[in-house]
Amino acid sequence: MEPFKQHSGIAAPLIHLNIDTDAIIPSREIKSVSKKGLEDGLFAEWRYLSLKTRKENPAFILNQEPYRKASLILTGENFGCGSSREHAVWALYQWGIRAIVAPSFGSIFYNNCIQNGILPVLLESEKIRELQTFVELNPAVNQLTVDLRDTTIIAGSTIRYSFEIEPSNQENMLQGLDAIGSTLEMIASIEAFEENDHQTRPWVYFK
Amino acid sequence: MGLTLVEKIWQQHAIINHDDGNSLIYIDRIFLHERTGSIALKNLENENRAVRNPSHVFCTMDHIVDTFPGRGDETLMPSGKEFIVSTRSSAKKTGINFFDLGDPNQGIVHVVSPEQGIALPGVTLVCPDSHTCTVGGLGALGWGIGSSECEHALSTSTLIIKKPKMMKVVFDGVLPFGVTAKDLILHLIQKFGAAGGAGYAVEFSGPVIENLEIEARLTLCNMAVEFGAWTGIVAPDSKTFEYIANRPFAPQGLAYNKAVGHWENLRSDKDAHYDEILTIDCETMTPFVTWGTSPQHAIPIDKSIPDPDEETDSSSQKSMLRALQYMDLSPGTKMKDITIDAAFIGSCTNSRLSDLRAASAVLKNRKVASGVKAICVPGSSQVKLEAEREGLDQIFKAAGFEWRESGCSMCFFAGGESFGEKQRVITTTNRNFENRQGKRTRSHLASPATVAASAISGKLNDVKSLEIE
Repeated sequence: MEPFKQHSGIAAPLIHLNIDTDAIIPSREIKSVSKKGLEDGLFAEWRYLSLKTRKENPAFILNQEPYRKASLILTGENFGCGSSREHAVWALYQWGIRAIVAPSFGSIFYNNCIQNGILPVLLESEKIRELQTFVELNPAVNQLTVDLRDTTIIAGSTIRYSFEIEPSNQENMLQGLDAIGSTLEMIASIEAFEENDHQTRPWVYFK
Repeated sequence: MGLTLVEKIWQQHAIINHDDGNSLIYIDRIFLHERTGSIALKNLENENRAVRNPSHVFCTMDHIVDTFPGRGDETLMPSGKEFIVSTRSSAKKTGINFFDLGDPNQGIVHVVSPEQGIALPGVTLVCPDSHTCTVGGLGALGWGIGSSECEHALSTSTLIIKKPKMMKVVFDGVLPFGVTAKDLILHLIQKFGAAGGAGYAVEFSGPVIENLEIEARLTLCNMAVEFGAWTGIVAPDSKTFEYIANRPFAPQGLAYNKAVGHWENLRSDKDAHYDEILTIDCETMTPFVTWGTSPQHAIPIDKSIPDPDEETDSSSQKSMLRALQYMDLSPGTKMKDITIDAAFIGSCTNSRLSDLRAASAVLKNRKVASGVKAICVPGSSQVKLEAEREGLDQIFKAAGFEWRESGCSMCFFAGGESFGEKQRVITTTNRNFENRQGKRTRSHLASPATVAASAISGKLNDVKSLEIE
């Protein structure tokens, strides 16, 4: 995973409640046993008038200038709820999204973001509305900056909000850590646990 | 201070507790399916990492396979065969437990794992699937993860996670006739919102829960994720232990007795602390059905569609308006006046034997209304076999239902199948999201009995009213 320190870009307001991972990438758009090639399926039901011809829906915000180049999304509560499919995060990343600002996230989706270098920014709805107002005045120019080092989101010279993130999640994203590698260094502790646990709960172990 | 049930299981599985609040948690069971498990296994292979403990890993085929009689690897799902073949090949290479197409134990992951004794009280069980919380119905701590976390669990038998906040939901009173676990969970989500349980492990308790049979508890916990919860759980009791006895992967004989001794301690202490306690009185509860595009858009079936003008929160109001437009419905319409095009019984929520019995009790000696497409998809090959032994398949077929092979089916395009454009479907599934069951398909979530009653009436209806008619 690429380390994430700071990012600036165009922000697209997509302010609905409960945007689910089926909407972010429909099941049918997942066409191979691979993490790649998913950007074309992002928001497919909203983005295209016809899934077959891929004719764009001009009313959908990510089909409009300058939001075609958006790398942040401003959205409503419970973003990424529903299915655990990590393809939703891969599709967003491959399309170009680097940060999502919402009052709350689906919990599996939130973890999937952390694992893949998309910054999930938790912010109150009123603050998101302020950011939306700022962006919509002049979307191409009024870009947003998120800084993971000091956990702030900045809009122009007047708006600067702090957001919360678990220190371990912050550290992992800043470093671009390989979680499996670090856990495997603790294999002795895992084996000791199993040996002990085997006495207490023998039925859990098949051999 | 005492501990909650979840805290007890947590403590039992914590290998290392870090200062930042995260724990390295031991994972007892990992379940995979061909949609997301295939990717986790393939990535591990690409990165030359091994599955650390294959005997603790299980895999079934449910998300992509179709449910037509005589099915094979070919499916209507775009590139579906690639997922099926890749999963089979990875499963064989890694030596994990695998329930392939044609295996008598194949079925929907969250139906198979309790049925086979893979999920047990007090175990940690993860799967790259959001409805893994289903196994909370047995007192197991199960939760859904992404593919990356799944790779971590497969290669290390652990996950690094922060302990969730604790919530207790007390269902008080006695359930009235015709009200089921599905109605309980829809009621809860309607009252507190689709994000009402965000950040929590939710323990369902109270007299209503104690009286629920195990399969109903599985239904209840299944939709904890639609409440936004990290997971849901019910304390195991004598019904649970009885349910588990003699299941293939469960402990047998002396080992079973020893396990029951341990499981009996899996209850929250009287002085346990909860961050939130919600109480719901069930005495006057009626069957629920959804009218919109989020499970929180639920309502008693004898009521009318709510008016967005009466909603004070502006984003909720906007979401209601959008939902009504998508569903092609207007405020004030009586739910029971809404006509349907199709009825679906299946999914990890409501496709177990008790669900099929409840539906067939309604369907017996009756016919599905003309023009209504009706489908029943048993949750596992075992459920299908049992139902056929009892003759339930004959009742479904005589009423006009299709009787299918087991799988996730039209809960979400599984097998590449969906309902027609703008079709209105009454369904026992868990998600009424836009386009979930087909292009512009309008899904109304309800219990198996309500789906059966609606199929007969050709419009939304509950069992009680059907009996009176």
